[in-house]
This record gives sequence, structure tokens and C-alpha cells, in this order.
Amino acid sequence: MWAMIAKEFRELRRDRRTVAMMIVLPVLLLVVFGYAANFKVSDIPVVATGPQAGQAASLLPAPTFKVTEIDPHASEAQAETRLRNGTATIAIVTGGARPLLLMDGTELFSVQSAQGALSRLSPPGGMSPRVKILYNPHLTTSWVMVPGIAGLILVFIGTLITSLGVVRERQSGTLEQLAVMPFRAWDVIAGKIAPYLLLAAVDLAFIIAVGMGLFHVPFTGNVGVFVLGAALFLLVTTGMGVLISTVSQSQGQAIQLAFMTLLPQVLLSGLIFPVSAMAAGVRWISYILPLTYFIQISRGVMLKNAPLSSLWPPIGLLAVLAVVVLGLAIVRFRRDLAAGGGS
Amino acid sequence: MTWGLENVSVTIGKTRALDDVTVAVRPGRVTVVVGGDGAGKTTSLRVLAGLLAPDSGTARRPAKETIGYVPATAGLYGDLTVAENLDFTARAYGLSGAGHARREDRILDRTGLAGARRRLGGQLSGGMKRKLATGMALLHAPELLIIDEPTTGVDPVSRVELWKLITGAAAEGAAVAVSTTYMNEAARADQVVLLEAGRELAGGSPDDILRRVPGAVGTAPGPQRPEGPSWRRGVNWRVWAKDGRLPPGAARVEPDFEDAVVVAALAASGEGTAS
Repeated sequence: MWAMIAKEFRELRRDRRTVAMMIVLPVLLLVVFGYAANFKVSDIPVVATGPQAGQAASLLPAPTFKVTEIDPHASEAQAETRLRNGTATIAIVTGGARPLLLMDGTELFSVQSAQGALSRLSPPGGMSPRVKILYNPHLTTSWVMVPGIAGLILVFIGTLITSLGVVRERQSGTLEQLAVMPFRAWDVIAGKIAPYLLLAAVDLAFIIAVGMGLFHVPFTGNVGVFVLGAALFLLVTTGMGVLISTVSQSQGQAIQLAFMTLLPQVLLSGLIFPVSAMAAGVRWISYILPLTYFIQISRGVMLKNAPLSSLWPPIGLLAVLAVVVLGLAIVRFRRDLAAGGGS
Repeated sequence: MTWGLENVSVTIGKTRALDDVTVAVRPGRVTVVVGGDGAGKTTSLRVLAGLLAPDSGTARRPAKETIGYVPATAGLYGDLTVAENLDFTARAYGLSGAGHARREDRILDRTGLAGARRRLGGQLSGGMKRKLATGMALLHAPELLIIDEPTTGVDPVSRVELWKLITGAAAEGAAVAVSTTYMNEAARADQVVLLEAGRELAGGSPDDILRRVPGAVGTAPGPQRPEGPSWRRGVNWRVWAKDGRLPPGAARVEPDFEDAVVVAALAASGEGTAS
């Protein structure tokens, strides 16, 4: 038995990546969970519109609400556009007999926190505002989760499955043979990732269809915008898969690294916990994660009927990420291929 | 056209993997690179295949389309059947039509895999994998065929069959470079390059190498080890005397190829100079 124990420790000592994961991952999870896992939302972005916008805004208590814009000239439609764009979660529209509170139902926890805070308020003159929850009027969890889970599955296929596929080539020695065959590096890369892109696209369509069928999740927006966002997102995730494969010698290493990229995306992308509720120290991580932007796009298109003009920031950022990640992956993979699969 | 390496040196990390090595690979001929572990066999073939750039010296090879390469790991797809592996190679080299189908059938016959068309590559025995990999490399009738240790760990019957494939490719006009650790295989080659620790100990035809054995080689009965540089051959000892004067009890023999290789290694390491 002692011989086995000693042998295991010796093997572990040489598998530095696993040891690092055993130490780093729990610490990382603890820190990230501690700062990101927050169901009680504060700093909910609010836009106040109409003639009494300033007065209405002053009634909202901090730190639950954070008035980001006061526009006395904006109409109800313009206020709603702010919600659709994602620049605000709540809009107060004044000028009518009673103020109107528009809430973005795709931000479940924000809306629930806002409702709680508002119920404790005693409005001046006892005139409580009308509340209208948009996009997800019954605050159905599955409506919010299905577009996000679809993205998570694409991360799984794009990153994990792609990296495993490429590493398998290296381990079996076929990457070395591909390097000698009359292929251009681009042929190998494109030929390698195209099937995974296709599979992921089919999987995405299937998930969305099942989500719509089983959970009655609406698809209110433009399919083309959704396809554009999904395509860019898939390019980023498959690029991450190729990138992981270039620094992994075995499928085990690739799985470890893929999970290292998967976990932060689950916790920090806004899939479960609202990004706005996260501590500033970890929030910045959300903004470099592709799933953060895909969730904005998928929820925007499916639930909020957001047009391309509303979604260009996440689409543009995904395009930038796609260029950077895929570019880096191609450069490293070409180098690997030129060396016959050795990295 | 002669392909090969000319005065090639390669450094990998801090190790001098090849030091001024020359390997000539001629059409219709088999050149064997022979040596022990870490001798530089794989490195020299990788340089020849274009997978590794030399620090100095020249590597001459034909266009990629006319190179067939089998790495030491066999390099076939375990999740594809025998036929699918061949089909992938054919597509990679742009082969199509009836001529290609006939050649594929012929390769399957020559490799003895015609009955295993539908078996997965991963389910083949070690020898069958090697034969399939060699067949894949031969499919496009390459000008230069490079095979890294095709017979290591392969059963004796499969070794014979693999060598039939290799010599058959040379007979069809291919320039063939093969690495091996087996001396009896090297003895069958047209040209041999003997490597040790990245250096070329000897080169030429097996007959040339035998002719150039310096001093005298003798045999002495065991179990007592004779004086001077000696090595086991079965129950007896072989002994080498650089100056031709064998120790008492040793009878002079005509060295075979294995003796020639050992003597070359001993001579290179300075053994035999003091005794």
C-alpha cells in the first residue's frame, strides 16, 4: 500500500497542472462565488422620463436603485427602448395621471429586488405607480434560463469537444501526418472546426425548439440577428477550443482547461447571477467572457424583440473576441502544424 | 534525383539531436537509418519529411504531394474503418476515379487487409495498424516514402510482410527511408546510416560497412569474459581487437552486420584504444 501511495504522490508531483487546479480552483470558486453569487441586487439602473422625471428619480432609495439617466423630454416608447437596449432595467415614466414603472422582466432578480424595495416605499399623496413588467410578465425562470443555457451548451460543444478533437489528432500522431500531407494550414483548421460548428448550430436550433415547445419560451425577435450573434459566439468558443488544444498534450489536460474556462462563464456571465449585482472586483471578468454577450443577444432577440440596432454593442464585442481568440488560435495551431503536431 | 540530408545538424532544446548527419535516399532504393534509443533516427526522418527545420545543412525532398510519411505512432484514425482511412488519404491527395479504386484494392491485397475493410483502425492489431499506415502512405505512389520504425513491437510474420511492402515500394521506383533498431533489417537495405547520440558512426551499403570494420573480431566461449572490448552473442562472447591481435582463447570470425555496428560504436567511443 505504501508503495502505491508513494507512487501516486510522485506522479502527482510531476502533473503540476492537476496540482495547480487542486489548489487554484477551490480558491477561485470560493472568491468568485463569494463576490458573484448575490441574489440581492443593488444599483439597478433606472431611467426617469417625463415632466416629473427628476422628482420621481429622487424618491428611489439607494443603493437598490441607481438612476443613470433623467430625461424630461423622453416618451414612454423611448423609455422602453432603453430597457430593450439593456441600458436600463427600470424606467419611470411620468406625465400621466399616475407614474408608470416599466420593468425588464428578463432581469429576474433585479425586478424582484426592485419590487421588494418599492413595496416598502410610501409614495407621496398615497399615489402608487402603475407597474408594467415587460418581456417576461410572469417572471418565468425558464424563459430567462433557456436562452442562457443554449449559450452554455454552445460553450461546451465549441470549447470542450473541439479541443478534445484536436488533441486526439496530436495524441494519435495523425496531426504529424496531416502536416506532411498537401494541406494548407487553413484547410486543416477549417476542416477540423467546421463539423463542430455545424453540430453546435444544429444543437442550438434543437435546444431553442425544445425550449419553445416545452417551456413556451417566446421567440419574438429577428432570427437573422440571433443567427449572427450565435455564429460569432460559436467562432469564439471553437477558437477557445483550438487554443486550449495547442497548450494541451493530452485529452485530460484539455478537459481541465476547458472546465477552467467553462466555470467562470457559468458563474459570471449573467446566466444565474445578475452582472450588475457582482462586486466590481469580479465584474470586470464578466465583460471579457463571450457568454455574457451571447446571453444579452439571445435574451434580447428571443424575449425583448431587440433589433440589430439595439444589440450592436454585444454583437460588436463578440466580433472583436472572435477575431482575437480565433486569430490567436490559428497562429498557434499553424505553428503546431508546422512542427508536426508537437507543441 | 537523390533526396536526403546533407550535413544536417539539429538542436532540440539543449540537446544536439543531429550533428552533421548525411542521409542519401535514392529512387528505387531503401535507405535504413539504424541506431538505438535517442540516436537521432526519428529526428533525421522528421527533418527529411519537412516537419523539423535543420539548424544547418540541407534537406532535399520532393513536393509534399509526392511524399508518403508514416510516423512512429502509425498515424491512422482509430475511429475510422480501414476503408475510410484509405479513403481519407485518397481525398487528401486528390485521388479519384477507377484508377484510384484499383490502387486501393491492390494496397488492401498487398497489406493483407482486404478482409478487414470494415474494421475500425483502433481495433486492428499492432502489425495490422502498421501495414494500414504504410498502405495509406503508399496510396498516392509517392516519390519519397519515409517510415519511422515500422517494425518496432511487431510480430515476426508482420515484420516480413511490412518489409515486403517497403521493398515493393522501392521496386516501383520510390526512394525509401526507413528507421529501425533491428540490425538484421538494416543488413537488407541498399544503404545504411548508423547513428548514435545524433552522430553518424558509419554509412554506406551493408557490404561497405562490413568491409570497413577495423581490426579483428573474434569469438570466445563463455562464461568467462575475454580481455578487451567484448559483447555477448548467445552463450559466447564476441571480442574486438582494434590492432588485430585477439586475446588468448578467442578465435577470429568474419564479422556480420551486427558485429560491424557494435564495432563502429566501440570505435566511436574510444573503446579498444587502451587495450
